[in-house]
Amino acid sequence: MTRHLLSAGDLDRAGAVEILDTAERLDHALAGREVKKLPPLRGRTVVNLFYEDSTRTRTSFELAAKRLSADVVNFSAKGSSVSKGESLKDTALTLEAMGADAVVIRHSYSGAAHRLAEWVHGSVINAGDGTHEHPTQALLDAFTLRQSLGTLENRVIAIVGDIAHSRVARSDIHCFTKLGAEVRVAGPPTMMPAGIEALGVKPCFSLEQALAGADVIIMLRIQQERLDGALFPSVREYSRTFGLTQRTLGLAKPDAIVLHPGPINRGVEIASDVADAEPSRILDQVTNGVAVRMAVLYLLTGGDKA
Amino acid sequence: MPSAALTPDDGATSVLDAHDVGRIVDRMAHQIIERTAKAGPGVVLLGVPTRGVPLARRLAARIAAFDGPAVPVGSLDTTLYRDDLRLRGVRPLGETVEPPGGITDRLVILVDDVLFSGRTIRAALDAIRDLGRPRAVQLAVLVDRGHRQLPIRADYVGKNLPTSVEQTVRVVLAETDGADAVFIDDKVGAL
Repeated sequence: MTRHLLSAGDLDRAGAVEILDTAERLDHALAGREVKKLPPLRGRTVVNLFYEDSTRTRTSFELAAKRLSADVVNFSAKGSSVSKGESLKDTALTLEAMGADAVVIRHSYSGAAHRLAEWVHGSVINAGDGTHEHPTQALLDAFTLRQSLGTLENRVIAIVGDIAHSRVARSDIHCFTKLGAEVRVAGPPTMMPAGIEALGVKPCFSLEQALAGADVIIMLRIQQERLDGALFPSVREYSRTFGLTQRTLGLAKPDAIVLHPGPINRGVEIASDVADAEPSRILDQVTNGVAVRMAVLYLLTGGDKA
Repeated sequence: MPSAALTPDDGATSVLDAHDVGRIVDRMAHQIIERTAKAGPGVVLLGVPTRGVPLARRLAARIAAFDGPAVPVGSLDTTLYRDDLRLRGVRPLGETVEPPGGITDRLVILVDDVLFSGRTIRAALDAIRDLGRPRAVQLAVLVDRGHRQLPIRADYVGKNLPTSVEQTVRVVLAETDGADAVFIDDKVGAL
């Protein structure tokens, strides 16, 4: 594996499978044991560098690093020197001077993780950059699907929502197509990027078309903080045309699985009773996130320093 | 028959064949029954991947066949506990499966194919500490080839093989390699 994990697009099939297999082994190794800690990153330092708010991703990375015995420094832009005007580069170099072996970065600008990787010597893990990518989310989605379905080969996966602005959608598409799945994307035309077919997916312009016979439904969060309501007339209209309800869920295969990267907007992209029902694997995704991030941290920083 | 694993490289000498391996496993199973009879119930076998796991399963099957107690089998991957992890880089992990009922207050017998430096067993002992607290830990190996770097010895030894440090001892088993045999390889090989 290479030194960084910047995008799911960089991973080949073998690389993705290696991470998923390692995550599975780590998951089994920790299951039901007394001390939920493994030693391979003892004496290593992992910095969580978060320029955007996050609950699950940051805690998930923190827990993953701690379960591998690394020391963890949490850094959020709020309440740091960033509010005094410190640049990303200066912040990164400062953290590196303190001996960071890996930097987990979330930033509102696409490409921030790539820039960071040019400046620091440690490993850089992209935990979401703008509207570009969120590779560990895609890996944990794939892990959750593999757990339920055995394989992604030839499975029909529908991703519904703001495809154009979703880093989860982009990473999912890269990851799932490499693992052999048939991926459909659906959303209002204003949220569908032109030329999305080039990524090997099938664009659908109605929920019904996307869900017909699907094995997996991935509902994306409507990012109300990123749009000013310019892309659809009203939240209510969006939820009527593209929201997942018991009725629309019925269009998919009977045993179809529902994922959502969280946090959920109940009643907007997904109805409450669907989010809490049997086909939903939303909480499994959170649990699996820790195992997948442990695998990434172990594979990137467990060996000799590059 | 001869599978790829059975065709020795140049300079490899076959020291044990399938028949020998079968007899040795039988003898070790008897020894385990004898030595643990007084220890009472609660014996578990913990195989160290890769080849320690099928060996542990065979021992359990033979112990049952010789009217010994039913012995649960688990596997214990030591990769994350190795002291050379950083020197030799990240390696794929083996499977860890706790035996049914866990290991706390049990008599754990670690099972591995070759005992050499003792570092794998040290790593296994560290890993056990995180799994629980066994009543006692013993060690069973198919081949002891000497050259210990740590104060560790086996309780059950299938075969003592005098070797030089440069040689490589290779155990192949039907479950993982298609057939049972042990080779000594004279050329310097990977550990």
